[in-house]
Amino acid sequence: MRIDVNCFLGAYPYRRVPGTSPEALRRTMARAGIDEAWVSHLPGLFWREPMEGNAWLYETTAREPGFRPVPAVHPVLSGWEVALREAADRHAPAVRCDPLFFGLDPTGTEMRVLAAACGAAKVPLMMAVRLEDARQRHPNDQVPELPAAAVRALIRSDGAVRLVVTHADRGFIEEVHFGSTPDEAARIWWDVSWIWGPPEDHLGTVLDTVGVERFVFGTGQPLRIPEVSVAKLDLLDLPRDRREAIESGNVRHGVTS
Amino acid sequence: MLIDVHAHFYHDRTPRADWRERNAGRLAAGRRIGVTIHVASILGSFGRTSPTYFPSPPDLEYGNSALLALQREHPDLIRGYVTVNPNYSSHARAEITRCLGAGMVGIKLAASRRATDPLLDPICELARERGVPLLHHVWQHRRRDWPGQEASDGAELAALATRHPSVRFILAHIGGGGDWQHSLAAVRGTPNVYVDLSGSGADGGMLEACLEAVGVERLLWGPISRWTRVGPSCVTSRPCSRRPISSA
Repeated sequence: MRIDVNCFLGAYPYRRVPGTSPEALRRTMARAGIDEAWVSHLPGLFWREPMEGNAWLYETTAREPGFRPVPAVHPVLSGWEVALREAADRHAPAVRCDPLFFGLDPTGTEMRVLAAACGAAKVPLMMAVRLEDARQRHPNDQVPELPAAAVRALIRSDGAVRLVVTHADRGFIEEVHFGSTPDEAARIWWDVSWIWGPPEDHLGTVLDTVGVERFVFGTGQPLRIPEVSVAKLDLLDLPRDRREAIESGNVRHGVTS
Repeated sequence: MLIDVHAHFYHDRTPRADWRERNAGRLAAGRRIGVTIHVASILGSFGRTSPTYFPSPPDLEYGNSALLALQREHPDLIRGYVTVNPNYSSHARAEITRCLGAGMVGIKLAASRRATDPLLDPICELARERGVPLLHHVWQHRRRDWPGQEASDGAELAALATRHPSVRFILAHIGGGGDWQHSLAAVRGTPNVYVDLSGSGADGGMLEACLEAVGVERLLWGPISRWTRVGPSCVTSRPCSRRPISSA
């Protein structure tokens, strides 16, 4: 069982990306051996009203057995509590709020209120550190990367909130993990999409130092090709139980339990 | 046969205390992927005693010698690019002569001098005389100067390649970060520039764009350099170019 928690559907505004349709995602999942995809609506991240993409997302994921929706929640816009409640009612595995994409202070009051509401609703809150390498971004794409301090602040802001952070590299993860109490760190999961694998030792190191239970499988597709994340795990030669934990166990027994 | 055209190794005078493990790890990962030859370079001391992209002559000699030793240790597995700093013209030419004479198969230019600079001409002339390719570090669409390197982008490499049409140039790590679409557009019409696929940025659509821009004949397989994750060439599983770029 391989669950990809970091997938998108829909067009990207800054370059032509192939494979953004549901059919294409289904094909790449089959190609990369991915059984379940947690899907966000990519264009909505750039909309004034990101939650307007949720209806299409629910409709699309309802048609595809392997897709699960990760709807957007924008805690400043009216109706966000309804959107969060709907996500819980529909058993969405997480909701997402990318504060800097949404023009929010990542440690401001609105984000803390959202974190608390997600904790109360028992819905994990997902956010990305970045979507693209900073060196390749479009000149008009000026959104800052999510700071590690924001993740530390959010996890401290509510004792029940669970965070799924995607596109983080080793330094970011270590800064947050070792800058948090064990209880706080135990409520954060990291996807592997942005961590260097062999021959570099970043992924192997954090699996040992931060703990394999903190990591989940993610790809960032279709902005990135999914085979990269699979290959990283292949090259690590992990024992079966550790690999299964990353690919599905930590999602089922941690993030969504 | 699967040739990784862009690899790096460490030695005992680089900042990595675990340099032996990292070198062994590269070879182990290569075995898993099916790499049959790693064509590698060592950029001086990688910052320990001179900057990675502005290596000093003594650091260059030590790094190149370390790579020659690795090549002797793994004669079927490792080939070397001799790394030089064009700001030290006579040293660069002497080092190229020394290392090619000892069995290296190409020249590596990092980012010590802009690709458009005439100081690169004698190095390219030597590459032409010896019939070896020149791997050039490239920042994909350099919009400004970045600290730590005098980087060149695809347009600047294309200008150099146009001045030296008999030399084969390799544009480094198209997936290494930056605007790879700019690079592909810049080198599309320059037939003596090959594109190395390595880099951590295995973007959706990048491989297709490379094929469309330069064709399979000018694509080279390079999965993993020192900084990178496994790259887009995982999905190609074979060397892209069938035309020999080096007879060495």
